[in-house]
Amino acid sequence: MKKLLLSSVVVLIGFTFIGRLSYLQLFRFSADQILDDPAIKKVYDYPERGYIYDRDGKLLVGNQPAYDVMVIPREVKPLDTLEFCSLLGIDKPEFLSKMEKARRYSPRLPSVLVPQLSKEDYAKLQEKMRHFTGFYIQKRSLRYYNTKSAANVLGYISEVNEWDLQNNPYYVAGELKGRTGIEKQYEETLRGRKGVKHIQKDRFNRDIGPYKDGKLDTLPQQGKEIHITLDKVLQEYGEKLMHGKRGGIVAIEPKSGEILTMISGPTYDPALLVGRKRSKNYSKLHYDTISKPTWDRSILAQPSPGSPFKTLNALIGLQEGVIDTKTKFRCYHGFYVGNTLRGCHCGGGVRDLNSGIYQSCNAYFAGVFRKIFDKYETTDEGMDVWEKHMKSFGLGDFLGTDLPTGAPGRIPDVAYYDKWYGDGRWAASTIISNAIGQGEIAATPLQLANMTAAIANRGYFYTPHIIKSVGNNGNIDPKYTEPRYTTIDRKYFEPVIEGMANVYNYGTARWVQIPDIEIAGKTGTVENYIRVDGERMQLTDHSVFVAFAPVENPQIALAVYIENGYYGSRYAGHIASLLIEKYIKGEITRKDLEKRMLEKTLEHEYAKPYSGEPFKINEYVW
Amino acid sequence: MSGKGLFGRLDWITVILYALLVFIGWINIYSTSVGEGHTSIFDFSTLYGKQLFFIGLAALGIIFVLFVESHFFERFASIFYIVSIVLLMGLFVFGKTIAGATSWYDLGFFNLQPSELAKVGTALALAKFLSDIQTDIRTGRHQLYALVIILLPALLILPQPDPGSSLIYFSLFFVLFREGFPIYYLGILIFAVVLFATTLMFGTVWVAIGLIILALLIYTFKKASVKVPVLPVLGVIVISTLFSLSVNFVFENVFEQRHRDRFALWLSLEKDEEKLDEIRKTIGYNTYQSEKAIESGGFIGKGFLEGTRTKGDFVPEQHTDYIFSSVGEEWGFLGTSAVILLFSLFFLRLIYIAERQKSDFSRMYGYGVISILVFHYFINIGMVIGLLPTIGVPLPFFSYGGSGLIFFTMLLFIFLKLDSNRLKDGI
Repeated sequence: MKKLLLSSVVVLIGFTFIGRLSYLQLFRFSADQILDDPAIKKVYDYPERGYIYDRDGKLLVGNQPAYDVMVIPREVKPLDTLEFCSLLGIDKPEFLSKMEKARRYSPRLPSVLVPQLSKEDYAKLQEKMRHFTGFYIQKRSLRYYNTKSAANVLGYISEVNEWDLQNNPYYVAGELKGRTGIEKQYEETLRGRKGVKHIQKDRFNRDIGPYKDGKLDTLPQQGKEIHITLDKVLQEYGEKLMHGKRGGIVAIEPKSGEILTMISGPTYDPALLVGRKRSKNYSKLHYDTISKPTWDRSILAQPSPGSPFKTLNALIGLQEGVIDTKTKFRCYHGFYVGNTLRGCHCGGGVRDLNSGIYQSCNAYFAGVFRKIFDKYETTDEGMDVWEKHMKSFGLGDFLGTDLPTGAPGRIPDVAYYDKWYGDGRWAASTIISNAIGQGEIAATPLQLANMTAAIANRGYFYTPHIIKSVGNNGNIDPKYTEPRYTTIDRKYFEPVIEGMANVYNYGTARWVQIPDIEIAGKTGTVENYIRVDGERMQLTDHSVFVAFAPVENPQIALAVYIENGYYGSRYAGHIASLLIEKYIKGEITRKDLEKRMLEKTLEHEYAKPYSGEPFKINEYVW
Repeated sequence: MSGKGLFGRLDWITVILYALLVFIGWINIYSTSVGEGHTSIFDFSTLYGKQLFFIGLAALGIIFVLFVESHFFERFASIFYIVSIVLLMGLFVFGKTIAGATSWYDLGFFNLQPSELAKVGTALALAKFLSDIQTDIRTGRHQLYALVIILLPALLILPQPDPGSSLIYFSLFFVLFREGFPIYYLGILIFAVVLFATTLMFGTVWVAIGLIILALLIYTFKKASVKVPVLPVLGVIVISTLFSLSVNFVFENVFEQRHRDRFALWLSLEKDEEKLDEIRKTIGYNTYQSEKAIESGGFIGKGFLEGTRTKGDFVPEQHTDYIFSSVGEEWGFLGTSAVILLFSLFFLRLIYIAERQKSDFSRMYGYGVISILVFHYFINIGMVIGLLPTIGVPLPFFSYGGSGLIFFTMLLFIFLKLDSNRLKDGI
């Protein structure tokens, strides 16, 4: 026993130590410890974020320097606080509290004392900086906007949050990342890759040379510039026209699917989300829940499309062979569903395809819609065919654009109505509202513009996109350069387009003609309702307009949707015609119209439901 | 046998293990102290250069020890001891203070730490006393003498202050246990330590309940034939509970906050994350950094000279007391377990050698050497890997430092010299 005592102790100690060491080095060890190794400091070298240009090479977004005043508390020598504060534009208590905060963070590490000085403040401060030991100025790069428009398209960048840090190991706290729009969609292209240097530190946080002689270090990769398909002039002009109005406008170049303009009203100056006032401004915009300036109506709003939808029903009718251009329907200032009369504003009489379109006759399209369904033995079959045709125009689903957000709209199908009414408990007449673009259909302005582009192209479209080229070579995702064909044969488009042209010539939009430009379009007037404090009320109709021009060799197809703008040609039609003229001619000949559109606002309409008093809708007063 | 010379009779297994330990130690000292633009390893302005010099001195010491006639050590054991005691006392007058401890004599080129010398002296003196034909360790009187021999240097070292070195002298109890000192003293000691720790962790009430449950278990599961008297068991429970109460009292009233913090860290008493963080940055900083460094080594380590925490000097005292953390970081689990294995083999070999001695003095001295070395090893590595509270003792043969290396070497080689003579002792 006594001879074995010490040996046992030695063996016991050995096992205990090995046990503890396996716990430490095998169980608790994790390979990514290098990331929080206090002995290795990573110094990042940030490349400049890529610029964004419009389709003609005009600068939209660049970078500007900003200057952070930094402090290393331990190195601060007594100073003239008053002078320093006045140079920084802060008062003394604020200065002292910031100093205290910096000291608490770390006496020997730099902290930001005052972020993002303007160029002017920087110039004043720089001369005097040598008097203030322990302070220095650090340059950083902020976004600079060469336009007050397109905030929704361009998007903004902001500091990465916890979620980003956890989900993308690339980012380090304090870095910037694209949040919305192009900044988000093309984040990696614009951002480039930061370079990193590993510095070996000692426990006093002093540098003691490169770690592993810089073997792990990398050089920064420049961010690439991006050219987008927006037309800066058209975008800015459109936003001016949207002054005081809510809604969305999307214009597309039909022969390429490039988005020429994408407007959401109300909007905001993108520069608001840069610099010292960023978070204050953001809160203001974000919490405006009534006019929702950060909600991009051009791709997120999903109203019923209204009458522009009639053109598609006409195309389906032709394709299915249930009508031809001569087929006539009588309008009784409306049409009967069972014994009830549903109204029509076209004036009544016998309508064929052409006048049905340009007078926007509800009765005519109700007839077409019924005929489509009558062709098939069951309602379900008819519904499936109708749905297939509709969806071939890019409706009822996400289009597949390169925008980071979007909405699918809605094309109802058999399942939808079976759920709504019950299996076999509905028929074409039940859902007849779809004939005139009301009912259960919903589409974003982008989808409407794309649908118009498909008509302009006589049967196909390109997936709408915002990217024109990355860097200087023009290569973009091939999915944006392949045509997507609709299920309608090319020959059926001409009569419909003729009807749409006549909308301008002597139809519902005859007062918005543009000299020398032949336009094909279709008005829409959409009934709508709102709930305020649980009370459902009808508001003034939404004004909708789709158009493309010129009729032969179309250069622009667009959809304009103005909330509560009343009938189609009243706001939407005028704005559409001004945009077309601006884009094709480069100037506006109808100055009166332009002035009226620039000045008129719909604020009084938007205030109505919140006034708490009874109000009238659809007033004819200008 | 008699044909073999001195070198033939030397236990070469031990010598090789010793050389390996010194070599590995030096490699790690090199790693902790090499800077940018390192020059030759013989650069004596660097720590690794100095340590190389000390290794040279130790080699000279070995030669000296081996050529001294082996009965010299037995004969002059008392003198060694008295010189050690005088030197320790002299520190109160002539001592040089380094890092708050007055433990050194300044010899100009070299700081001599007499507490290291005293270990050799005490081990010799204890062996000499115990091996005396008239000594009977079973008598209380001689037990007392033995205790005095051990505790006198410990008491002299304590106020330097150097509690770590003082503690080392208690290791010599293993010599007493080997020679017949009642082993249940050790049992009582261990029991007291367990009571101490459990009281701090769970409180007196739970300790008392635990003891009662333990007693009941013993009565339940004992063989019917074994009689366990009730009264002594009750007595043990009562005394233990009183002891437990006194622990609380001592902990709260006698200990200083820094001691309390050390125990709090060691026994994971502190649960408040903020306070724990505070402790990690202050009193527990060394342990925390050293654990982190070892942990970051993983299975295979970061490689020689690649230890980032070692290079960054994050573990304080890394070249001395915390040298093992460098092994952990740069050589990983493979390195640390190899070192543990090496030490274990080394000790087991020494125990084997001690047991084969024919002379009582040689055996007792051998046990003294082993006990001292094992204790250093246990306390040092235990502290570095976070098993024991922070107690500053060097790791034998590893840690940087001249006195330590030279006296550990002499301690060892005196024993090897005695061993090489063991056959003659029988005659």
